Amino acid sequence: MRTCLPILLLLATVVLVQQLTQWTGTPFYLTQLTMAGYYSLLIIGLCLVMGYAGQISLGHAGFFAIGGYLSAMLTTRNLLAYQDHQLVALADRLGLLMGRHDFFGNEILALHPWPAALVAITTAIVVSFLIGVPVLKLKGHYLAMATLGFGIIIYRLVLGTPIFGEADGISEVPGFPLLAGLSVSGDFGSRVSNYYIAWGMVIIAMLLLLNLINSRVGRALRAIHGAEDAANAMGVDTARYKLRTFILSAVMAALAGVFLTHYSAGIGPSEAGVMQSVRYVAIVAVGGMANLWGALIMGVVLNFMSLRGMFGSYDDAVFGAILIAMMLFAPQGLLRLALLARIKNLLTGKKDGAA
Amino acid sequence: MALLEINQLNRRFGGLQAISEVSFAVEPGIIKAVIGPNGAGKTTLFNLIAGSLPPSSGTIRFRNEVISGLQPFQIARRGISRTYQNIKLYPGMTALENVMIGRHIQSRTGFIAGMLHLPWTRREEAQVREHCLGLLEMLEIADLAEVEATSLAFGQQRAVELARALAMEPQLLLLDEPAAGLNIYETAEVGRLISKINSQGITVLLVEHDMSLVMDISHEIVVLSFGRKIAEDLPLQIQQNPEVIKIYLGEEEKEDAQG
Amino acid sequence: MTAELFIQYLFAGVTYGIIYAIVAIGFNIIYNTTGIINFAQGEFVMLGGMIAITLNALLPLPLAIAGAVLLTMLVGAMVEMTFIRWLKSPSVLRMIIITIGVSILIREVALHIWGEGVRSLPYFVGNEISTVNILGARISPQVLWVIGVCSVIVIALSLFFRYTMQGQKMRACAANRTAATLCGINPKNMVTLSFMLSAGIGALAGCVMSPITYTEYDSGTGLAIKGFTVAILGGLGNSMAAVAAGLLLGLLEAFSVSIVPLAYQDVIALSILLLILFVRPHGLFGRKDAAGLKEF
Repeated sequence: MRTCLPILLLLATVVLVQQLTQWTGTPFYLTQLTMAGYYSLLIIGLCLVMGYAGQISLGHAGFFAIGGYLSAMLTTRNLLAYQDHQLVALADRLGLLMGRHDFFGNEILALHPWPAALVAITTAIVVSFLIGVPVLKLKGHYLAMATLGFGIIIYRLVLGTPIFGEADGISEVPGFPLLAGLSVSGDFGSRVSNYYIAWGMVIIAMLLLLNLINSRVGRALRAIHGAEDAANAMGVDTARYKLRTFILSAVMAALAGVFLTHYSAGIGPSEAGVMQSVRYVAIVAVGGMANLWGALIMGVVLNFMSLRGMFGSYDDAVFGAILIAMMLFAPQGLLRLALLARIKNLLTGKKDGAA
Repeated sequence: MALLEINQLNRRFGGLQAISEVSFAVEPGIIKAVIGPNGAGKTTLFNLIAGSLPPSSGTIRFRNEVISGLQPFQIARRGISRTYQNIKLYPGMTALENVMIGRHIQSRTGFIAGMLHLPWTRREEAQVREHCLGLLEMLEIADLAEVEATSLAFGQQRAVELARALAMEPQLLLLDEPAAGLNIYETAEVGRLISKINSQGITVLLVEHDMSLVMDISHEIVVLSFGRKIAEDLPLQIQQNPEVIKIYLGEEEKEDAQG
Repeated sequence: MTAELFIQYLFAGVTYGIIYAIVAIGFNIIYNTTGIINFAQGEFVMLGGMIAITLNALLPLPLAIAGAVLLTMLVGAMVEMTFIRWLKSPSVLRMIIITIGVSILIREVALHIWGEGVRSLPYFVGNEISTVNILGARISPQVLWVIGVCSVIVIALSLFFRYTMQGQKMRACAANRTAATLCGINPKNMVTLSFMLSAGIGALAGCVMSPITYTEYDSGTGLAIKGFTVAILGGLGNSMAAVAAGLLLGLLEAFSVSIVPLAYQDVIALSILLLILFVRPHGLFGRKDAAGLKEF
């Protein structure tokens, strides 16, 4: 009950917004809303790490890049020349390859988006595990710097490696055929269906994460955040919980990377940059750290405004200013302020005093 | 066979010997108290038993298994739970939720099951809630279940912490100064509660300053001074032990001289 | 490797190493008085270079550099007074995020003032192609300037902390804030002073390095992460060890050029950072139980 009503409201809002853009003749907004939806996948995952497990990560753009770059590279790398190689032939027989024609009509044989995405996600899991085990033992500045360092390493790697397109990134990434007739791509005609695909994923992710934080696991995470040693003394394997949360958020970041890359048909190195990671942290902070709804709402609003170019050449400055203002005046987040807290209580059906 | 056996335990902090060659055992089913003047190493001893600190040398056995060197959560899973001298409840959570953390090891919903909200996790969650409400009832704070724990009065916070420790269904309960900051009525009440818990078969090891409480409820007493064990006996004998009297009187003389 | 090439690498390593050390010392000065890592440290270096370049259009070089150092110190003081001073026992997470925000703001302001272009100060002596012959290797005189000035900064700082009243007050604050307050020292002023000091040395380093490394609006981030690596390598708070650690990293980078492609240079420094954080977070030279001690 606690999660059902808000989720239904979210669903209704998603449908309403789509209808609104149709009536008002502004369907072009859907493009940015779809992208904002994918970014939100990453942001609510990061919210779990920062707000619930209490660990800062300044490297989540790195996981986004792992997802995006790997699926872009694997689905665009032409294997036609290696057609006779045993491995390629085997992959072809297993149906893992997809043939198509590029812009100029040349034939391309590359990995199908499904196995490519699988490889990307698996890599994100492995990397987040390998990085997470030592990193999550650190605290405070050390943790911040270590995750920042990880993020910059990924950035430098994609920027310096020819198969990842160096400064140009990777373009002409094909669409991702999810189901028959449903494909994640930037095609003009499928704008509405893509909007629903993205937001369908966000709704499912929200539902899963809300369930999680209202379960035994969420309770343990909040206990870790509140008093780590006391959580440990209650039998909570704090290191393992932090690690699993970190991996879960890395998977969500990689998923966002995979789908956004197929949707926008390409990815560039700025997606892996430090500023991108800082932006995600800013959004989680504005949303109120331990507040999935706040992170989601702020993620959509700020990403939408940024993608529409509303901040002009002050884009990064706006996020910097948001960060400072939030931390100076409302470290608990905007949506924790009294008025909005009351609205939240109304929505979740709690009485005023009980919160 | 003893439930807990401490053998030649040592703990140094830099040049300071906080615990020095301490050995004693706790028989199952009793209430045992550790007393001593300030800085005697009582809290350090607790932290060593609960695994918050590793010992410099020596061993701790619980049910014949060496537990020194294990992580706190591993020790908790073997049946030892604790409370803290300076109460450690989780902020932003209700009293009930705080107690429900205590059921962590008795329940098994993981990440996947939690996300999917499976029927059995729902049942488990209801059972956990039920059990914890029962504990709050036993400690007579059931009406505070939905109040944020850290906003409660001091004595009530202690009760919540105790409920949380009991939720783990421990075999050994470590209580670090359960009466600190309480008035004499509340102290007597806590004493009654500890005896009640003990009568349900839970062995209790407590550190306490309040002598009347210690003498009232404990079956055996260990006296520490400057990290060393100087006596271990029945309450009556401890009261007549000249060395113990010397420490405590010595302390009083010092206090008198200062005052 | 020929002897000339070896010396060339050696000088390159020492040059970058000592710059990293200066940034690391900037981190340490603020860390010691406040317990926070100032993520905007690299921006001070960038600001120093940029302001000097602008002033140099009107003033002779020495005056331009002096002006740049003073203005950057002013920025440092303003940052502290606007964002840090009035916070009551903020959490580490909050401080991290605030200083990150400050670094973004400074960078964006720089972008709007100076644009995206790469700029540089003129060589202090001679020009790009003038060289000094040292043991058969050709070294730019600017390299000697960098090494010289940075060494002077290090020595002057250690004298400052040892022998001047202000320096001793800052050390007192670092060692025990409460006791220092009782002795009539205002710790808040010491924090402002520490921001000014680390902004000043950062700016000076930014000026002397500008002719060879160039200055861009976003050159601060890279320097900050290298400087932090060095600060950690030497043990956070220990500035003499930071010099050794800086030289170590600088030389490592210089000599790795022949093995690792230039595009992956930063990856080396960052991998070292991660490795140190994982294995010896108290630093290469620090002892574990001494990690709590703060020394300039």
